[in-house]
Amino acid sequence: MTKLRFRNSSQDANINDSNASKSWINNSLVKKLSVTSLLVIPLIILFFISFLIGRYPISPSEVLMALAAKTTLVNYNIPPSVEAVIFQIRLPRIMAAMMVGAALSIAGASFQGMFKNPLVSPDKLGVSAGAGFGAALAILFVAGPFMVQFSAFMGGLLAVGLTYMISQTFKGTSMLTLVLCGIAIAALFSAFISMIKYVADPYEQLPTIVFWLMGSLSAVTNQDILMVTLPMVVGSGILLLIRWRINVLSMGEDEAQTLGVDTKKLHIIIITCCTIVTAAAVSISGIIGWIGLVIPHITRMIVGPDHKVLLPASIFMGAFFLLLIDDVARTITTVEIPLGILTAIIGAPFFLYLLAKSKEGWS
Amino acid sequence: MSILRPSTIADRPNSDILKNCLMQVSDASFSYDGQHNIFENINFSVEKGDVFCILGPNGTGKTTLIKCINGLMKLSSGKILFNEKNIYSLNKTEIAKNIGYIPQIHNSTFPFSVLDVVLMGRSPHLEMFASPGEKDIKIAEESLKTLKITHMRDVSYTEISGGEQQLVFLARILTQKPSILLLDEPTSHLDFGNQMRTLNIIEKLAKNGLSILMSSHFPDQAFISANKVALMKGKSFIDIGSPEEVITKENMEEIYNIKVKIVDIEHRKACIPLKVNGE
Repeated sequence: MTKLRFRNSSQDANINDSNASKSWINNSLVKKLSVTSLLVIPLIILFFISFLIGRYPISPSEVLMALAAKTTLVNYNIPPSVEAVIFQIRLPRIMAAMMVGAALSIAGASFQGMFKNPLVSPDKLGVSAGAGFGAALAILFVAGPFMVQFSAFMGGLLAVGLTYMISQTFKGTSMLTLVLCGIAIAALFSAFISMIKYVADPYEQLPTIVFWLMGSLSAVTNQDILMVTLPMVVGSGILLLIRWRINVLSMGEDEAQTLGVDTKKLHIIIITCCTIVTAAAVSISGIIGWIGLVIPHITRMIVGPDHKVLLPASIFMGAFFLLLIDDVARTITTVEIPLGILTAIIGAPFFLYLLAKSKEGWS
Repeated sequence: MSILRPSTIADRPNSDILKNCLMQVSDASFSYDGQHNIFENINFSVEKGDVFCILGPNGTGKTTLIKCINGLMKLSSGKILFNEKNIYSLNKTEIAKNIGYIPQIHNSTFPFSVLDVVLMGRSPHLEMFASPGEKDIKIAEESLKTLKITHMRDVSYTEISGGEQQLVFLARILTQKPSILLLDEPTSHLDFGNQMRTLNIIEKLAKNGLSILMSSHFPDQAFISANKVALMKGKSFIDIGSPEEVITKENMEEIYNIKVKIVDIEHRKACIPLKVNGE
């Protein structure tokens, strides 16, 4: 291996410089890290506030005592009704909102990096349409909530699996082919959903299907949360481990390959993880759009494009935003607004605002 | 007028070619469909410290040849030996540790900082799950220093000029620490001054033991920085040798179809295109 000789000479000449720049690195790293930790604080505050929201009044001290009792095994004599509301109704819902928001956001940020396109959302390869089809099918056959969730999860995996396999049979297996296959598969599964809606019983099944597709967290139980925790943690964990490689991948496939990245392997890992994470989220929440597209954007504006920081920051931002929107959804009117509607009503104008304001050249 | 003149290639003695030979390409040909070759019968070798320049008109397959050498595409037939090992027996990481590449066109999407872009050069040296640490940042900063662009460290690479971007990619390739650099028209987007500065950097890198294989549209650039030149036309090399041997009036007029004049200026030759009345 060749080493550049004049590197060494320049090193000697600039010892003072390198000390100065070293402290600079630490500063910039500290800065990046502290921005990420700043995103955690509002999330923690909102987490506690969210327990107070709802028709059954609960005081902040009751929330703190109940949580402390659960974690430290100290008994604070909390009324059983309060405990039931906190742990059986509000906690699963808060956890679900945070987990779904985080999952959609990390998947969106990873996909945007992989496709080197900031306009990509995690359902680009058909995961949402597939999950919707799985859920609708289960509802049609009068399955229980667990089966609906499981069927949605499998439907999501199936759709993306099909997209990937079909794209591999084409000659030019570029990212564009993959996206086009995803669009086709999503259209196909949407048609299947319509078909199921058409044959479904219009008084019982049809409304259930329609409400499921609009997205809601109102029926989430602690058991649902436990079910999706494993796929979400594993998928997000792997994405976090390879997050620096997504930087290299976002320079383009050819360039990444000449930088020693096995792009095909990395694509498969990212697609698999994003799909598992998204399918798990959709299986408990129904279809919630916009989060996976808008949150990575907002986060990128705050912490910059480096995926090393962007991915963890997206998790916190996504969790915060969906929790906020879900709080709005369950308080703004007496009848709950489906989450999918709210995220679009808030997300779409905000996205347009970002586009208008953005100085970054995307071309 | 025959285009292929293999005799001129064979005539020139290639002294101790195997001694310092870093890369040897033999009988290389490539085709997309198995019928029409993009290029064929390509033979050359690159030695340590060489600046090897490929000249040729648009569309002769220079870029395709370079992509075959760095493993992005696969030759239809022929061999590429790198340090006496077949390049297709190496995996992507091994290739990237030895061969650095700057593509002709780069489409940027995300506004990474210059340091982040340069750090990407460390990726063949890092494990799948690893990200660059302080040691890697140090190597990246040394590359920035070598190219005198330390002041751009934290600027977004999408907001700097094309010339500065080229320097950033050169810094990235140095951070990669390969033994051969493949540069596909490294000066194509640069102004007059930046072209010269890039060529000077290339020359300096070669003096320090790196080998460089580049393609170019300017015969003058070969006179300035190269010690070996190959002329590519009609799928093949029609001549190969030192710039003085190869960049002749006859050769230039044949491959570019224009009138040129080769003149002697301070310490070197220059190739100047002439305007012909009536054309």
